[in-house]
Amino acid sequence: MDDREKLNRLRWRCTRRAMLEMDLLLGEFLERVYPTLSPAQADAFVTMADMEDLELWPLVNGQREPDDPVQAEVLSLLRNVRVK
Amino acid sequence: MSKLSVPVRKFDAVIVGAGGSGLRAAIQLSEAGLKTAVLSKVFPTRSHTVAAQGGVSASLGNSEEDHWHWHMYDTVKGSDWLGDQDAIEYMCRKAPEVVVELEHFGMPFDRTDEGKIYQRPFGGHMSNFGEKPVRRACAAADRTGHAMLHALYQRNVRANTQFFVEWMALDLIRDQSGQVLGVIALEMETGEVVAFHSKATVFATGGAGRIYYSSTNAFINTGDGLGMAARAGIALEDMEFWQFHPTGVAGAGVLITEGVRGEGGILRNSTNERFMERYAPNAKDLASRDVVSRAMVTEINEGRGCGPNKDFVLLDITHLDPATIMKRLPGIREISIQFAGIDPIKAPIPVVPTCHYQMGGVPTNYKGQVVGDDAAPIRGFYAAGEVACASVHGANRLGTNSLLDLLVFGKASGDTVIDDLRSGEIGLKELPADYADRTLARLHRLNTQTGGASVNECRLELQRTMQKHCGVFRFKDMLVEGVAKIVEVEKAVAQTEIKDKSQVWNTARVEALELDNLIEVAKATMVSAEARKESRGAHVRDDAPDTPANPNGRDDLNWHKHTLWHRDGSRLSYKPVIMKPLSVETIALKTRSY
Ligand SMILES: Cc1cc2nc3c(=O)[nH]c(=O)nc-3n(C[C@H](O)[C@H](O)[C@H](O)COP(=O)(O)OP(=O)(O)OC[C@H]3O[C@@H](n4cnc5c(N)ncnc54)[C@H](O)[C@@H]3O)c2cc1C
Repeated sequence: MDDREKLNRLRWRCTRRAMLEMDLLLGEFLERVYPTLSPAQADAFVTMADMEDLELWPLVNGQREPDDPVQAEVLSLLRNVRVK
Repeated sequence: MSKLSVPVRKFDAVIVGAGGSGLRAAIQLSEAGLKTAVLSKVFPTRSHTVAAQGGVSASLGNSEEDHWHWHMYDTVKGSDWLGDQDAIEYMCRKAPEVVVELEHFGMPFDRTDEGKIYQRPFGGHMSNFGEKPVRRACAAADRTGHAMLHALYQRNVRANTQFFVEWMALDLIRDQSGQVLGVIALEMETGEVVAFHSKATVFATGGAGRIYYSSTNAFINTGDGLGMAARAGIALEDMEFWQFHPTGVAGAGVLITEGVRGEGGILRNSTNERFMERYAPNAKDLASRDVVSRAMVTEINEGRGCGPNKDFVLLDITHLDPATIMKRLPGIREISIQFAGIDPIKAPIPVVPTCHYQMGGVPTNYKGQVVGDDAAPIRGFYAAGEVACASVHGANRLGTNSLLDLLVFGKASGDTVIDDLRSGEIGLKELPADYADRTLARLHRLNTQTGGASVNECRLELQRTMQKHCGVFRFKDMLVEGVAKIVEVEKAVAQTEIKDKSQVWNTARVEALELDNLIEVAKATMVSAEARKESRGAHVRDDAPDTPANPNGRDDLNWHKHTLWHRDGSRLSYKPVIMKPLSVETIALKTRSY
C-alpha cells in the first residue's frame, strides 16, 4: 500500500466509528496533528485508531491511562484537540 | 445480453449491515445452514448500535408486574397512533423471548440480587395501560449496545457467517418482475465492484441522521439502504418523522444528557432570560423533550438565539457547585471543553435541538418482508432495524424500543427468509442483462466529472437546508421554500466532482457515493413533511396548532395514514395505518397526553 492508500484507510477508520464523539475527535486530530507526529507516534496513533470506541473513549477523557509511553504522548495531544 | 459486467458471487442470503439488526438476522440464517454474507462499511462491532446506552425494553416483569399488552399500549400511544398495531403487538409479545435469547448468547445484563435481569424505568413505559411508570428497560451498565453487538458477533463467528468488512453496497439488483436478486458492492481496499447474487437480500443499514447539520448520529449514518431502495423504485414510508433531542452541542451535535437539566441546568436566550418559564411555568427546563425543543426553536426563530449567527441557546450550569458538576455529571465537562470549546464551570454550553432517530424507512410488514404500495411483499427483499419502517415507532419512538426492534425484526426477517426459501417463494433467479449498468454509470460519471461541485460543500448545504427548513418545529413557508432548495442541492449532487480518481482506498469516492444516498433521504423527508398538514408525534407544524377539534394539532380525519414517497417524480401516495392487532382488540385513537 502506498502512503495515500494508507492515509485514506486511516481516514476511514478515524471518521467512520461507532460514536460521533470519536468521529469528530479523531477526524480533527488526523487533519491537524497527525502530520506533525514522529514516525513512532504515528504508528501508535494507527494502533489506537484500531481500538474500539469503548476502549479508546475512557483513555481520551482521562478515566484511564495507557501502559505504552508513546501512546501516552499521542493521547496527551488527542486530549487537547478541540472540535468546534 | 449484458452490456457491462462485474464479477459475481453467489449466496443464499446477503445481509447489508452488521449492526444489531443485521447480526441478529445473520444468526438465524447461518444457523439454519444457509450460505450467508454480511456486508459492512466498518468492522461489525464498530456499527452505530454501540452508541446505545439506555437499554432494551421487554416486559419481563422481573422487578414488578408487567405485561406485553401494556408495552403494546405504550408503544401505540408513543407512536401517536401512527404505528401499525399488528407489528407493535408482534414486537411487544416477542420482546421477552428475544431478550432472554440474547442473554443466552452471552449478553452481560445487569442483574438483581436473585440473579434475574435488572430492569429500570424509562420515559413513556408504563404499567396498566398508561397508569404509572414501570421498570422495563434491560441494560448492561452504560454499554448496552456495545455488549449486544459483541454477543451477536461472537454467535455469528460460531455459525460461520461470512463477513465482508469495509465493503459498501451501492445498489440493489432487481429484475423485470421487481424481484430483488442481490446488491452491487464496492470493496474499499481494492476498489473492485462485485455483484452479490442471492436468493434473499436483507437491508440492515441503520439510520440516516446525517441529513441534518446537527445530529447525534455518527458519520456512518448516511441512509445508504434508503438511497438504494429509492433508486430501485421502492417507496419510502413516513420519512417526515424524525426524533430530535433538545440538547445537542451546537455544531458538533454530541448529546448532552437530560441529567444536566435534572441537576439544575437552565436554558437561557441571548437576553440571558430563563425562557422555559414562559413555555412551561411548572416543569420549566424539565418539561418533556418535544416541549423544550420547540421552545428553543421559537427563541431562535424570534431572534433571541445566541452567538454571531443567533442560532443556538445556552445551557447554563455555572451556578452549580463545581464539585457537583464533577461528581454528578461525569464526562460533561470534558465533552463541553472538547466539542464546544468552553468550560461549563465558567461559561454556559451552546446547545440546539439535535436530530437523533429516524422513525420512517423502507416499508416492511411484521415479518420483515419489504412491501410495495399494495402491501404485497417484494420478492427476495427484507429489511430490519432503523432502516426499516414496520411500522412500530409510527410518528415517535419510545426510548429502548429501537434496540428491541433490531432483535425482534432482525430475527423475524431471518425466519421469513427461511420460510420463503422452503416454500419455493424465492430462489436463485438469473441476473437481468443490465444488472450492473446503473451502478457502473454512476461510478463512471464520478470518474469523469469535471467542473462539478465539491462533495463537502454539497453535503453541508444539504444539512443546513434540512436543519433550517425541516427541523424540530416546522413552518409552512419554510417547508415550501425548503423543497425548492433541496431540489437545487439535488442538482449539485448529481454533478459532484472528486479530484482523486484512484481505485484503492478512494475515500473521496465513497463519500460522494454516500452523498447520493443522503440526498434521496433529505428530499423524501422535506417533500413528505411539506405535504403533511397536521402535527403528529415528532412532526410539529406551526400552522397545525392545538385546538379542541384537533388536539395537539393532530388531524385524524385527514391525516391518520402513512406517507409513501416515490423517487420517480418525487410523488407521494398514502396507505392506511394497520389498526387491527394480531390477537387483541384495537387500541382506539385517543388524544396523546402524558
Ligand atoms: C447516541 C444514541 C443513543 C441511542 N441509545 C439508544 C438506546 O439506549 N436504546 C435504544 O433502543 N435505541 C437507542 N438508540 C437508537 C439505536 O441505537 C439505533 O436505532 C440502532 O442501534 C440502529 O441499529 P441498526 O442495526 O439498524 O443499524 P446500525 O447499528 O447503525 O448498523 C448499520 C450497519 O449497516 C452498515 N452499512 C450501512 N450502509 C452500508 C452500505 N452501503 N454497505 C455496507 N454496509 C452498510 C454499517 O456498516 C453498519 O454495520 C440510540 C441512538 C443514538 C444515536
